[in-house]
Parts: sequence; structure tokens; C-alpha cells
Amino acid sequence: MRWIQTIPPDVKPSLQKTMVDRLASVVGRDAVISQESELVVYECDAYTMQKNLPTAVVLPATVEEVVQVVRVCNELGLPIIPRGAGTSLSGSVLAVDGGVMIALTRMNRILNIDVRNRRALVEAGCVNAWITREASPHGLFFAPDPSSQPACTIGGNIATNSGGPHTLKNGVTTNHVLGYEIVLPDGSLKWLGVGPDGGEDVEGYDLRGAAIGSEGMFGVVTRALVRLVKTPASFKTFLAVFDSVDQASHTVSDIIAAGIVPAALEMMDQVITRALEEAYKVGFPLDAGAVLIVELDGLPGGVEHQAKQVEAICAKNNAREVRLAKDDAERAALWKCRKRAFGAVGRLSPNYVTQDGVVPRSKVPTIMQFIREVSEKHQLRIPNVFHAGDGNIHPLILFDERDPDQVKRALLAGDEILTKCVELGGSVTGEHGIGAEKIDFMEKQFTKDDLEAMKKLRAVFDPDQRCNPHKMFPGAKRCAEFAQKKQVAV
Amino acid sequence: MTPAFLDESKALACVHCGLCLSSCPTYLETGNENDSPRGRIYLMRAIQAGKLGVDAEPVKHVDLCLGCRACETACPSGVQYGTLLEETRDHIEKHHKRSVFQTVLRRWIIERVFPFPWRTSVALLPVRVLRFLRLDGLLPGFARSMLELVPQRLAKRKLEAKRLAKGEAKGDVGFIEGCVMQVMFGETNESSAELLQRDGWNVVTPREQGCCGALYAHGGQLEKARECARKNIAAFEGTPLEAIIINAAGCGSTLVEYGELLKDDPAWADRAKAFSAKVKDLVSWLDEGGVKPTGDCSRVTYHDACHLCHAQGISTEPRRLVQARAGGEFVELTESDLCCGSAGSYNLTEPEMAERLQTRKVQNIIDSGAEVVVTTNPGCLLQIQSGLKKAGADHVRAVHIADYLKDEKG
Ligand SMILES: Cc1cc2nc3c(=O)[nH]c(=O)nc-3n(C[C@H](O)[C@H](O)[C@H](O)COP(=O)(O)OP(=O)(O)OC[C@H]3O[C@@H](n4cnc5c(N)ncnc54)[C@H](O)[C@@H]3O)c2cc1C
Ligand code: SF4
Ligand code: SF4
Repeated sequence: MRWIQTIPPDVKPSLQKTMVDRLASVVGRDAVISQESELVVYECDAYTMQKNLPTAVVLPATVEEVVQVVRVCNELGLPIIPRGAGTSLSGSVLAVDGGVMIALTRMNRILNIDVRNRRALVEAGCVNAWITREASPHGLFFAPDPSSQPACTIGGNIATNSGGPHTLKNGVTTNHVLGYEIVLPDGSLKWLGVGPDGGEDVEGYDLRGAAIGSEGMFGVVTRALVRLVKTPASFKTFLAVFDSVDQASHTVSDIIAAGIVPAALEMMDQVITRALEEAYKVGFPLDAGAVLIVELDGLPGGVEHQAKQVEAICAKNNAREVRLAKDDAERAALWKCRKRAFGAVGRLSPNYVTQDGVVPRSKVPTIMQFIREVSEKHQLRIPNVFHAGDGNIHPLILFDERDPDQVKRALLAGDEILTKCVELGGSVTGEHGIGAEKIDFMEKQFTKDDLEAMKKLRAVFDPDQRCNPHKMFPGAKRCAEFAQKKQVAV
Repeated sequence: MTPAFLDESKALACVHCGLCLSSCPTYLETGNENDSPRGRIYLMRAIQAGKLGVDAEPVKHVDLCLGCRACETACPSGVQYGTLLEETRDHIEKHHKRSVFQTVLRRWIIERVFPFPWRTSVALLPVRVLRFLRLDGLLPGFARSMLELVPQRLAKRKLEAKRLAKGEAKGDVGFIEGCVMQVMFGETNESSAELLQRDGWNVVTPREQGCCGALYAHGGQLEKARECARKNIAAFEGTPLEAIIINAAGCGSTLVEYGELLKDDPAWADRAKAFSAKVKDLVSWLDEGGVKPTGDCSRVTYHDACHLCHAQGISTEPRRLVQARAGGEFVELTESDLCCGSAGSYNLTEPEMAERLQTRKVQNIIDSGAEVVVTTNPGCLLQIQSGLKKAGADHVRAVHIADYLKDEKG
């Protein structure tokens, strides 16, 4: 088995000892990880194309511990990297130049579910899906539903402003976070937005939005007050089967053009449906060119009416078949399948990179055609599964990291696809963030002035650029070898 | 280069997505990526690649793994974590030097006593004497935690070689007695046989059967596990059987994998496959049509034994059986499929984590408001019973599903 090179952080032994001792005095020995043999697992997140060891990882258990840890790092001038579950697909938790990773995984409690006011107070390390699990007996749920929801944390969701299949109607994380507590890089503790005991109004400036989507560069989120919404009275979930991706894409445009906002509108192409069928046996037709999952929710009457429209639109676009999930169990099976699609691709290939681009909905057929061409050109399989309703595509580029040439081609293919997204008037990230992966695209997408404005905002929170450094902005430092060759397998 | 001990394609099936993280009991407790499935696979691959040695740290994190396989249920990529774990443990036992204490514990107590019913009963004898004399408090803490698991009353019993069906016979099924089962839960074996008889099956219990080999396989002693497998396969080949029934999920999960265990042994591969194909857990063999609700039922909940729900994917059948008997009194248990910390000999090798998970499980049971908690594995029963006792929750009983169903069925 080959191993991908990692670069041990360059820290003087004396500093290393001081650091470990001081961190341990805050959180205890067992919550400080500093030996190389135990740091290895922290060298990357779910994006495995770049790897680097952090200098240390700490696992604080309380807000006060986080504050003290950040203060120690501040005094020692060490970078800090907030970490949730490490499911980022863009290397946003990569310790590019070493640094102290602060993992919130021990702070994972739901502190309070306030049924009357429909909100929940949770610790930042709380797993997304747990909130709905606890709220559902009260007829409530937490709407942002990234496919990684059984594992990813609220802190990570806030930092990347996560979306999911149901964001089409419900909105993304920022629409469901009322306020949160954040430890700034100098160790000060702030609450931004609606306070845990307050009404819906914010006194003074509402700075809540500032750090949402900041990819861990503004500080460490420690607690969050999130909104809960009422579980819809009824659902209708369709599986529509098409011979071609084109037909499916046109159906998507037509549904939106008809003024229908489905709860979710997802597309999967043939390679994905086959992999999923092999894994879960839900009855996807193996020869279909593409399938759509269309979910409608709301009051029974309205849902009924829209369902008729959707069925007509599918028929007009020559859908081969439109199946209705007959009960909750079937509906759940369909969603389980969809949400596990990325992972199921592991059955097809030892490695893959998930790309995350956005195009205007009308350009979905164009980008799909382009992806097919890129796939042929680089001789790599590129299945697609994505949020068709908002034009957020997720081509999965399959490769084998043991073959350096494939790695190179995979990186090129990704670059070409994202460049095309920008050309078509879209963007290089829908929801997975820029991280370490997509720095090069920032200049393609934003003007100098845009970037300057972002940097200025960041400087307000993190003047020393010590919080999750070397991410997002062009000119940031890379893992040495990656910067030279953009090739990682050795 | 380290000799290849991992099946490379199986190791590469992990795409590092992290979806398994929050299903892992040890990760939930420590929050350390090293104690997560994704982290452990990463460590295994690092050892394989020669990047890490078979040193104290990686071994510590692999040791802490319960082998509960909750990660397999969660994994969308179909990673066969159980196989990777066994391969790694085998490698560790060959190349890692353990402390004298750990060696004695692993090689002698766990592997030389538990798999043999008569040795287990002899080894437990002093425990009973101490308890009778009320001197058990004198033992060191570690030994005491072991003691807590020993039921107050042992019910050793062996089944007859053949029991006939009640009423018209549908056919013959084999029955596996299990080492711990027959020593500590003889009554449960009785109940299981009785249920099968009422269901119309002749129950055949060959004398020649022995330990299923699970303790060896999980402890990284694959050759010894294979020996056990051969012995059992031979023992059940004599009579034509519709199925081979097991009522201990831990043994069951190993029995269904004999095919995999012996796949490279030409003389045994096919026989092993045929054997494994016949193995059925009691709950997936019994027909729930025969179970009737009883009027005065206590509130009941169900704990998923890892080796049934994660290793064998069986979770709806036992619920249906329990619900058939309990009527409206069934409640779901929060984190019902999270390991209780028993995990075979884990109690003995990792007492601290075992206790943390036991406390977590018992708290969930108490919070559910149930007075009966039903499960399917002797290890879970011992662990939950002793946990309930520690927590002073005397109003809750933990019972094996066979005993639960037997009382009211028929
Ligand atoms: C299989 C799979 C499917 C996915 N599907 C989706 C999807 O549908 N939609 C989507 O949006 N994303 C998706 N993702 C990406 C990822 O899961 C999300 O970005 C998620 O929000 C990350 O959460 P995390 O806890 O894993 O954070 P991490 O990966 O640990 O961190 C992500 C970023 O958040 C920062 N961060 C984490 N915790 C904190 C904190 N407490 N305070 C401050 N900053 C913090 C980190 O510094 C980093 O920049 C998917 C990933 C995988 C592997
Ligand atoms: S074991 Fe499965 S779920 Fe876990 S990280 Fe690997 S592929 Fe993902
Ligand atoms: S087998 Fe259980 S304890 Fe071990 S990694 Fe998997 S989930 Fe965790």
C-alpha cells in the first residue's frame, strides 16, 4: 500500500513541550494529542488529496476550556484550527502549516429543546441529525440536512453554511441559526445574534451572519441557538425515471418555471443509481439514464394539486415511469439511498473527489454534456448526483490514488469543470466551501475588490490571521509539495 | 515493508467520508478520531504501509475497539470493518509484545477458560464460594468488576441429543448450546428448545459440538478459530437439518462467517459455506404468528445486540416478536443499537470503557420507563443486569428473548 506524504509540523522541541504542558493544564493529559503516531488520523478530512499533520489536537469539554486553550495558543503565537467531525470535502480543516486543532467532539450535548418557542440550544459539537431525533417527538425538526448529517456537527454546518437536499424550500444553515457563541482568536467570548434567553430581536448590530460560512477563520463556535420548524402535515415523494440526463434536466427547469417549489429536487445519473441499487436494493431501474427525486410537502390539498402538475410535467418530458413512495418507510428508504450516494461510490473506486459547483438551472444540460466530454478526455469515470433544483452539481471524479497519473488527471478534470461553471455564470462552491482545495478559483470568481473586502472583514475578527490560516485566499501557503506539483501520491 | 496483512481492496473501500463516526460507541465517549472507525482504518493502513510500527499507540486504539460493527451498518461504502479488524488483531498478536498482565489475561483466562464449559464452571466455583462467604469485597477492583457479571445463580444444563416436536413435526433443526450459554443460562437454552418444539421442530443437539471460536477470532487468533469451526462443521454434518439454530448473537455472527474463515482451506471451504448458510438466529427462525399478546404486560423495551443487528443485520424480526407478545406496551430505546460495553471479553480487557458504555446504556433504559428489557445475547444480559444493579434500578429486569417469549407463548 502506498502512503501519501505528510509533512511534520516545524515546531521547536522546547515550544512543543511548553505547548503540550500548558494545553494539558487546561484540558487534562488525555485530551491533548501530540504524538505523531496519534496525529496521523488528523492529517486530513474527507478531502484526502492533501495531507498535513497538526502540531497538536485538543479535545476540550467545556466553553471555559475552549477559551483557555485559545488564550494559550494566542500567547504562544500558535495557529488554531477549529474542527467538527472532519467531514469537509474541501480540506477546510487541513493543518496547512501545523497548528493546534481544536476538536469540538466532546462538546456534543443538546442543552435545551424549547418546544414553545421552537428552538434548541446545542453545543457546537452536537451532531446535526441528533437535533431532529430529539425534536421529532414534539412534531419539530431541524431543517438543514446535509447528506453528512448523521456525522457532521452544528459548528461545521455554521462554518460552511451547509445546505442539503431540502434547502431548496427550507433554506440553508444561515436561515436556521438564530445566534451563536464564539471564542475569538484573542480568547474573548462573544455571543452573536439572538441570545439564548432573548426574544427574536437583536440589540445593536446583528453580526450573526458575519461568521456563518467563514470556514472556521473567525473563531471557534462553542454553542448555537437553532430554529426548529414544524414537521409538514403531508408529503409526496416521487421517483421519476428518464432515458436521458437531458430529459431529466428539462423536467427540473419546467417544474421551477411552473412556480412549484418542491421540498427537494434531486438528480442521479446512471452510474450512481447502479451503485446504489447494488448497495440498497430499492428497485432503481438499472438502464435508466437519470432519475429525479421530487418531494412535495405541505397541507394535503396543496400537495395533491402540485403532485398532478409534477406528474404532467414528467410525462411531457417523456418520463419512462413516475413512482410514488407509498408510505413513510418507502420514502425513508429513498432518502437514505440518496444521502448515502457519495459513500456508495466507494464501491466503484478506491478514491474519488467530490466537486461542488453551481450553474444557473437552465445551464444544467450544458454542464452535464461538458462533464461527459471531460470524462472521456481524461479517461476517468465521473458520475453525478446533485441538487438539481438549485443547480448545485456534484460530479464525483473517480480515481485510484496509487496511480500518480490518475491523480493528476482527476485534479485537472475538476479544475476544468469548475472553470466551466464560472464561465456559465455560476460559482465554484455551492455548499462544501473553498477550504484548501479551491483557493485558485477565488480570483476567477471574485474581483480584487471583493477579495479585499472579505479580507478586511476577516481582519476584524482575526487580525493576526492565526485562525484556520492559509485557506480561502489566493496567495495562501500550501503544503510545500502540493504547491509545486499539485500531485500527492508518492 | 510490513508483510501485507490487510486485504488491500477491502482497506481501500474506505473513502474517508466519516459517515460512520457518530455510530461508534468509543468515539462518542472519547471524541478522539483515533477511537473512531475511520481513524482505526487509517491506523491499520498506516501500519500496513510501514508508516507506523505495531507500537503502543495504534495498538491501544485498536484494542479499544469493541468489534461491535455499528460502523458497518452506517457505512455507505460497504466497508467490511469486522474483517479488517480481525486481520489487524491477528497481525498485532504476532508482532506486538504485551505486558505480562495482558498476556495472562488474553492467552489464559479468555482463551483457555471461557471456550470450555466445564472450565468456566470450575473457574467460577471460587467466585461462588467467596460470594457465599460474603468475602467478595476483599478482591481487587478489577476482579470485582468481573464478579459483578457472574449471575447469582448459575443454571448449567445440557440438552438431550434429540427432542421431539410438539404436535406434528415440520422437520429437524440443529441446536448450538454455546459455552457461556450452557453454563450461565441453561434455562434459556431450555426455553429456546421449547419454543422450537412448540413451533413444530425436532431439536437435535449433537454432543460433539464445541466452542464457536468467536473469542479466538475477535482476539486475533484466527488459526484457533478455524480449528473450532472444523470441529463444529463435522459435528453437524451427520444429520440432514433444515437449519442450525443459535440463540446467542455473539456466537451466531461467527458461525455465519465460517465460510469466510475457511475460504482458503480447500478441504473445508465448501463444507463451511454450506454450514454457514444453515445457521439461523432463533429470532429469525421462530414464527411470530405463534406469539400472542398477554393482557397484564409490563412496559418492555428492546436492546439490539451488536452481533445480531450490526453483524447480521437482524433488527426487525426480534422487535416483531417482542411486540407480538407485549401488545401496546412496547417502547423504543434511545440508542438501542449502541453497544452496552459487553462485547465478548471486552469487560476484562477494557474495563473502564466497558463501564462507561454500561452506564450509558442503563441510563437510556431507565429513561425509557420500561420494566423489562429484552435482548438476544448472554454477554449483553450479564452486562445490563449488573449495570441495573449498580444503578439501583431493581424494578427493571433484563431477560433473554427466548425466556420472554416462552412464558406466554402457546
Ligand atoms: C458524504 C458527504 C456528504 C456531504 N454532503 C453535504 C451536503 O449535502 N451539503 C453540505 O453543505 N455539505 C456536505 N458535506 C460536507 C460537510 O459534511 C459539511 O461541510 C459539514 O457542515 C461539515 O461539518 P463537520 O462537523 O464535519 O466540520 P469539519 O469538516 O470538521 O469542518 C468544516 C469547517 O468548519 C470549521 N468548523 C468546524 N467546527 C467549527 C466550530 N465549532 N467553530 C468554528 N469553525 C468550525 C472548520 O474549521 C472547517 O473550516 C458532505 C460531506 C460528506 C463526506
Ligand atoms: S468506514 Fe465507511 S463510513 Fe466510515 S469513513 Fe470509511 S467509507 Fe466512510
Ligand atoms: S466495531 Fe464498533 S467500536 Fe469498533 S470501530 Fe466499529 S463502531 Fe467503533
